[in-house]
Amino acid sequence: MLYIKCPHCGLRPQTEFSYGGDATVKRPELNKEVSDQEWDNFVYLRKSPRGKHLELWQHISGCRQWIKVERDTLTHEIFTTLKANENL
Amino acid sequence: MQKYSVFSLIKNAFSGHKEWEVAWKDPTPKSEYDVIIIGGGGHGLATAYYLAKEHNITKVAIIEKGWIGGGNVGRNTTIIRSNYMHDENGLFSEFGMDLWRNMSQDLNFNVMFSPRGIINLAHSDAQMNVYSRRGNSMRLNGIDAVLLNRDEVRKIIPMADFSENVRFPIFGGLMQPSAGTARHDAVAWGYARQADSMGVDIIQNCEVTGFDVSNGKILGIRTSKGNIKAKKIGLCVAGSTNVLAEKLNMTLPIETHLLQACVSEPIKPILDNVVTFGAGHFYCSQSDKGEMVMGGDLDGYNSYAQRGNLPTLQHVLTEGIAMFPFLSKLKMLRTWGGIMDMSMDGSPIIDKTHIEGLYLNCGWCYGGFKATPASGWTFAHTIAQNRPHELNSGYSLNRFSTGHLIDEKGLGTKTWIS
Repeated sequence: MLYIKCPHCGLRPQTEFSYGGDATVKRPELNKEVSDQEWDNFVYLRKSPRGKHLELWQHISGCRQWIKVERDTLTHEIFTTLKANENL
Repeated sequence: MQKYSVFSLIKNAFSGHKEWEVAWKDPTPKSEYDVIIIGGGGHGLATAYYLAKEHNITKVAIIEKGWIGGGNVGRNTTIIRSNYMHDENGLFSEFGMDLWRNMSQDLNFNVMFSPRGIINLAHSDAQMNVYSRRGNSMRLNGIDAVLLNRDEVRKIIPMADFSENVRFPIFGGLMQPSAGTARHDAVAWGYARQADSMGVDIIQNCEVTGFDVSNGKILGIRTSKGNIKAKKIGLCVAGSTNVLAEKLNMTLPIETHLLQACVSEPIKPILDNVVTFGAGHFYCSQSDKGEMVMGGDLDGYNSYAQRGNLPTLQHVLTEGIAMFPFLSKLKMLRTWGGIMDMSMDGSPIIDKTHIEGLYLNCGWCYGGFKATPASGWTFAHTIAQNRPHELNSGYSLNRFSTGHLIDEKGLGTKTWIS
């Protein structure tokens, strides 16, 4: 069981959260010409590193806020958690 | 190579089984090969075997960081099937079924292929319609499929929950009678032994630390046992694909996730087939030792841990008990996990890359084991001929940017959506 510190609610078990994938992926800006490559990068291509990974989780059975979690994908150690609008 | 047979068994009994040849050697790497396969799992070993057998390319090395049979080929739930709807997956897997049927003879190694049939349970009228469509698509591709109603399913698996007031009543199921299971370790060992006998060097405990690429061409690899040159290199490393891709400055439509499996204590024979739960993700069969072999969902977040987390296991087994209530009485014997190369559409990639001489075999998601022979066969063809075979032409790397996805079930990385 992972224990994730929600920046809004405090330390809660993983089962209260839902995973949302890589948090470093940026959607191409609205109202701008988007190339196929940019779209490809956003929708499909992922680094999926072994080690530190900044990812999105939603506290779906709690405050329902999206948060960012920096976690090690090999050891599951959680280094920091941030509000969705905060950056490392 | 010493042939395995009842006569060689008797002969070796006289010497107390101390005179058997080693099944494969432990060579030191040469400085150059025609082809290097990175990853000594089922797919890598099969690729090397078919390179030698079908294409007469025997100056081949398999580079394995751990040991043969220690990765996903030894961590799966041994299910073999070709019950796919889309042509790309159906034809590819059915080609594999033929290789499975002849594998024990071909490899002179008993892989214990057991075509015991797989049943996908349906729990609503809508699901029966979907299965009927899939079954018809399968039959059009020459794959056997039988749509079963509730009573027919009940005859085959009476121990499933057929009571009236259940959350997910069984409406029927789709059966592929020719599907089944095989002894996974034997597959790895059989391919390794044959590949070795044809001159392939299987180099274990050797980690790839980097690649030599110049002017868009692959020249060789750097390893913990020194540099090795080759003009053709195939990547067959499943969950470690992204780790090696990073060394090549490649970003792929792959995420590495963890999939768990478990076995119960051994019990007397009760389940003759492979059965899957249709209202969630759970599959079950009984091993020759009597253990119930079970698996289901991914842990649900990127992971390289090779061991699982309890909430997912609990969730999966809850589904199992909903399907087979008797499972609740069993003790768990072992649980384990493997790291999966989850592709974005849930279908694999067997293709060339933008680097000349570098070939990619990844994205096997939940279905790597059953694909072992077909994957090896088509990957060997792709490497030897420098172009994909018809069977794997749909498994291209650029299908994501061109929009030619193969969304069989859409079960890729985004398990939180599906």
